[in-house]
Amino acid sequence: MRSVFPGDTPEAPDRPAVEVRGLVKRYGPKAAVDGLDLSVARGGLTAVLGPNGAGKTTTIETCEGYRRPDAGTVRVLGLDPVADAAELRPRVGVMLQSGGVYAGARAEEMLRHVAALHAHPLDVPSLIERLGLGGCGRTAYRRLSGGQQQRLALAMAVVGRPELVFLDEPTAGLDPQARHATWDLVRELRTDGVTVVLTTHYMDEAEALADDIAIIDSGRVIAQGSPEELCRGGAENTLRFSGRPGLDLASLLKALPAESTAAELTPGTYRVGGRIDPQLLATVTTWCAQNGVMPDRIAVERHTLEDVFLELTGKELRA
Amino acid sequence: MSTETFSPRPGAAPVSRMIRAQAALETRMLLRNGEQLLLTVVIPTLLLVLFSAVDIVDTGEGKAVDFLAPGVLALAVMSTAFTGQAIATGFERRYGVLKRLGASPLPRWALMTAKTCSVLVTEVLQVVLLTVIAFALGWSPQGNPFAVLLLLVLGTAAFSGLGLLMAGTLKAEVTLAAANLVFLLLLVGGGVIVPMEKFPGGVRAVLELLPISALSDGLRDVLQHGAGMPWGDLGILAVWAVLGLGAAAKLFRWE
Repeated sequence: MRSVFPGDTPEAPDRPAVEVRGLVKRYGPKAAVDGLDLSVARGGLTAVLGPNGAGKTTTIETCEGYRRPDAGTVRVLGLDPVADAAELRPRVGVMLQSGGVYAGARAEEMLRHVAALHAHPLDVPSLIERLGLGGCGRTAYRRLSGGQQQRLALAMAVVGRPELVFLDEPTAGLDPQARHATWDLVRELRTDGVTVVLTTHYMDEAEALADDIAIIDSGRVIAQGSPEELCRGGAENTLRFSGRPGLDLASLLKALPAESTAAELTPGTYRVGGRIDPQLLATVTTWCAQNGVMPDRIAVERHTLEDVFLELTGKELRA
Repeated sequence: MSTETFSPRPGAAPVSRMIRAQAALETRMLLRNGEQLLLTVVIPTLLLVLFSAVDIVDTGEGKAVDFLAPGVLALAVMSTAFTGQAIATGFERRYGVLKRLGASPLPRWALMTAKTCSVLVTEVLQVVLLTVIAFALGWSPQGNPFAVLLLLVLGTAAFSGLGLLMAGTLKAEVTLAAANLVFLLLLVGGGVIVPMEKFPGGVRAVLELLPISALSDGLRDVLQHGAGMPWGDLGILAVWAVLGLGAAAKLFRWE
């Protein structure tokens, strides 16, 4: 057995589909990936979310066997993506970010070709239909629109009926309709038991699809969890209201649970932080009533993935 | 809506089927490409017909076609194994085709085998076409068919090595330009239609070491003059094949 992990059994069903530990990949002096850890559960849908240049593609391409790690270990289905490539290739579907097709090949011809390289491929005509490529099966690849090229690349990734697929930005540049068609297909893959790893820089995509999100920035995973966990755990919710300036926040804090915070952001606007539940809301409004304050524009703000991301990285996701 | 399921059922096709599929696809890509056809079919055919019919170049004693046919066969091999393969492979690399195939069950050795098969199929089509035209022009070939076959195979190996070396190390656009330029230079300076005797001695000694000169000279020795095994030319081709394929294997970059 080649693996360095103790007690290794590559085919153990509870074993993660992808295990990355301490991955480092440098291009020249710059580390594109810098000590990255990632674990992908079997049968789940994991989104690797991050801004452009965060190291998403480098990480995925290392898992696909295209790059050798400078440090750290990568296991895919319990195997080494470089040393065990021959065993892995039939089992892993790959969608590159772009290209991968002969300029002169027709869409259906290319898909048929990839199908012919596999033992039990999907039915090509129905897959073509399924992805809305029916009208351009005889069109040369270079004449397809960007969205059609993306969908062909997706079809090529799944036609061999893999256990695990890596999709590198599967919806980049798609119009909303095509995007939802792709989402439906990705969900269906997961329902049928295919483990899916996709990279994206769209937060709504990660939120809509993923069981598990790994947020990557500057070559590291800075947070990982379900969308709910990330939104709950990454930051607390807040309650905002307006009133007359200079309220006695010390007195308000006395009325609130111990871990709460209160601050006057600008004169007359207040923020209460902590575990915002119905009881706390009642406490705040009761306190306001006792102090003769009309809490204007009172609002409970739930954190979105975007807030979490901004808090963690201080960066806008969409470039 | 399809009722089919995506439930995993992975597996590679038998390797013989993969190679067949890959070779068929590559051959189709080549035959569909207009510029490639110009290079592999139209130019050799035109040269053969034009220079046989019109006395432009002094081809020495005997019928012009007896001199030209071996040279044009050598040119056909070069156009497919070197120029065509270099350009096609260079753009496959540029467009990520080689990268994507690298993630498929097709092993690299099988991909290279398929490429070789595709080159050989194309060459067979070229040889058949050019032979028929040459016979129509009154060609009367001589010599040992086995020697001809050996020359064609070694020539293919030599030109493939050089073509893949170029495709795997240079940018696709550079390969496109350079492969065409080399084709043109070797067409003129490699004994294809211009007899080597036309060049001054010093230049000629260097030109005769080129793979195209060795191939055209070897084919001419056998087909025009009925010589036995042209060991000298076979030796030159073998050295080019070893150097070219060796360097390509070492330096080829897949992305």
